Amino acid sequence: MSRVTGEIILEVANLRVEAGKSVLVDDVGFTLRRGEVLGLIGESGAGKSTIGLAAMGYTRGACAITGGRIVYDGRDLRAMDAAGRRRLRGTHIAYIAQSAAASFNPAHTIMDQVCEIPLRESGLSKDEIRARAIGLFRELDLPEPETFGDRYPHQVSGGQLQRAMAAMAMCARPDIVVFDEPTTALDVTTQVEVLASFRRLIREHGTSAIYITHDLAVVAQIADEIMVLRHGRMIEHGPAEQILQNPQQDYTRRLVADRAEGHLDRPDLTETPLLELRHVMASYSGLFHVTNDVSLTLNRGDTLAVVGESGSGKSTLARVIMGLLPRESGEVRFDGATLSPALRSRTRDQLRRVQMIYQSPDVALNPNQTLHEIIGRPVQLYFNRSRNEVRARVLDLLRMMDLPEAFIDRKPAALSGGQKQRVGIARALAAEPDLIICDEVTSALDQLVGEEILRLLKRLQDELGIAYLFITHDLGTVRRIANKVAVMLKGQMVAGGETSVVFAPPLHPYTELLLSSVPEMRADWLDEVLLRAQGKHG
Amino acid sequence: MRLFGHRLTVPAAIGMAIVAINIIAAVGAPILAPFPEADVVGDAWADADPTYWLGLDNLGRDIFSRLLFGARMSIGLSLVITCLSFTIGIVTGFAAAIAKGWVDIVLSRTVDLLLAMPTLIFAFVVLSVLGTDIPVLIVTLAILDSVKVFRLARALAMGISAMDYVEVAKVRGEGLWWIITREILPNAMQPLIAEFGLRFTFAFLFVAALSFLGLGIQPPAADWGSMVRDYREVILLDVPAPFYPAGAIAVMTIGVNFVVDWLLNIHATSNGRRA
Repeated sequence: MSRVTGEIILEVANLRVEAGKSVLVDDVGFTLRRGEVLGLIGESGAGKSTIGLAAMGYTRGACAITGGRIVYDGRDLRAMDAAGRRRLRGTHIAYIAQSAAASFNPAHTIMDQVCEIPLRESGLSKDEIRARAIGLFRELDLPEPETFGDRYPHQVSGGQLQRAMAAMAMCARPDIVVFDEPTTALDVTTQVEVLASFRRLIREHGTSAIYITHDLAVVAQIADEIMVLRHGRMIEHGPAEQILQNPQQDYTRRLVADRAEGHLDRPDLTETPLLELRHVMASYSGLFHVTNDVSLTLNRGDTLAVVGESGSGKSTLARVIMGLLPRESGEVRFDGATLSPALRSRTRDQLRRVQMIYQSPDVALNPNQTLHEIIGRPVQLYFNRSRNEVRARVLDLLRMMDLPEAFIDRKPAALSGGQKQRVGIARALAAEPDLIICDEVTSALDQLVGEEILRLLKRLQDELGIAYLFITHDLGTVRRIANKVAVMLKGQMVAGGETSVVFAPPLHPYTELLLSSVPEMRADWLDEVLLRAQGKHG
Repeated sequence: MRLFGHRLTVPAAIGMAIVAINIIAAVGAPILAPFPEADVVGDAWADADPTYWLGLDNLGRDIFSRLLFGARMSIGLSLVITCLSFTIGIVTGFAAAIAKGWVDIVLSRTVDLLLAMPTLIFAFVVLSVLGTDIPVLIVTLAILDSVKVFRLARALAMGISAMDYVEVAKVRGEGLWWIITREILPNAMQPLIAEFGLRFTFAFLFVAALSFLGLGIQPPAADWGSMVRDYREVILLDVPAPFYPAGAIAVMTIGVNFVVDWLLNIHATSNGRRA
């Protein structure tokens, strides 16, 4: 079945990790052969990172490995003393973290940090190790490999830094590399390149790897075996093709099925413009033009998605519409009337009719207020209702969000991420708006939870006729819920119109790049993309 | 033992006991003290005996009674000063953080100016010019102390006002007062309370120092700093009198610091990040 038939390099059996009284990982076991890649997949809190670190005999803060065996190359890590384990880390088993920016020391050059461990442990000369590092830079497609290492971390891009981190991990020629969500913080187009370099690197060096991610489509490109985790337990484990094509467990089936699902029903639409932007320009302190000549129209009850990579100005566009960043020129019309550029000169009714839902529910809800206060305040402020009416309305909204009524006197800290996001939606709805701006509302949530939020938003649109402006980088979301789409690149709108038209040939080159960068849930997707790219350049 | 849902450490318990005893002394001085604070009841520097527990002072006043009244003055005064300095510091600090622009520049630079001058010397100058009435003393020290509160309050408000929930309130059309009192202040309370304890001890020591130098509380009112000054000559004559007020200052300061350390610790652990 498997591509790899080498000797077993790592064996984990009956692993159990506890933090205080709670069990983080329970009864998890796997074997890793030389050259094999194991994908660990699951939602946040599933114990993926904990297992990845435990494979190095390491645990975070208050956690402790309380059961099981971790055998690396015939040696049980748990039986070793701390100094012995420390000698293995970095040299025999290396780790690549999610955020390279936070893992590099900004005060040293990249070369110094890449060479640090081999210099100390391998006994090779400085020049030999430098040559090895430069070789790795070249293999990882980093620009000017000879001099790349002389730069400081802030002088290279995020994707390059992530690759430099792989060079750092590989420089000591480890047997095993643990990748902990290494592409999650990157844009889709960058993710493809980084993923491709990682895969080539570990294949060429015959390194074994544990690849941790929450994105099944990403792991499909790189892993030989996939293990699905949930709440610290193994749900399913098998060869990658089997998990993707023939999942046995219900949870895995839901994960696999989710991406494949089609467009949610669209309501019958009237062609009354609700929000119109004409030649809008805005900049930060007059220097950086973050949105440049943007024009778009959103009809009443319709859904418009604004897509683009980070830095494309899509969130700024939302701030301009809200009045948080006054526009410099152009016009924003809402329901026929011009919205003034600054927040302060808008009427209370104008403020009420445009609401916003934020990306991260943790910082969008005041941790010191109860849900009653959070959701009730707009009701009280805009509609001037009595105390009892406010409370009744909050209970109504909680029911509408499928949240228990008992939550009304709780504070956000007592809620899960998905529940908090529902509270954010309830707060927006409390103002009875015509338009809700959704800024990356699902990107901080786990896949299945985000899916529920999307369905909820869709249901509310059908019931209440609210228009949505979706700001997102997830093209899957766009295809499913948006009737219209605007593609942004460096503050400019490069394509716009009906989703079905924009996403169908002839494509704008940037739209094509975006579309082709979204990982698909089949193992040969990455090869195809690389082949196509090669064909174009060669 | 637990307090407010947090485990009480041994130093914290000791600190709380010290603070409690001092507060009882301060509040109950008129009832607890055997003699009025300014009455001459015997010979100067009389030794301790069952009537005069800690002996008599340079004018023949009862030292124990003066210690109790001194607690009232020293603690009460520091408390008023600290409350006032926090009110000024929080209001200006939050205003600077929220209004930004020129308001922030003017306030911050004024604060930098005040911080650049040695506090004790500045207080000296002001008190010498304006006199040493208690209201003048309170306002002067409160303003000098508020610059430190300003720095903390501004930094806290800067961090909190970058949160999305503050943006939500702004977009909703809430006024400045709502944003300060409902959105920012509750989330800044914990570090501010810890800072309050710390600033209180500094104010306390500062009042004692000023009194020792003759610019604080004026006789015949008793206060620990001026008592140390009044008794300092006899330190060579084998009379223990100076040690009582000096010891009271030291013990009170240590006690409050224990409690503050405990509060800071709670804050650090419950939040996980900030200390």
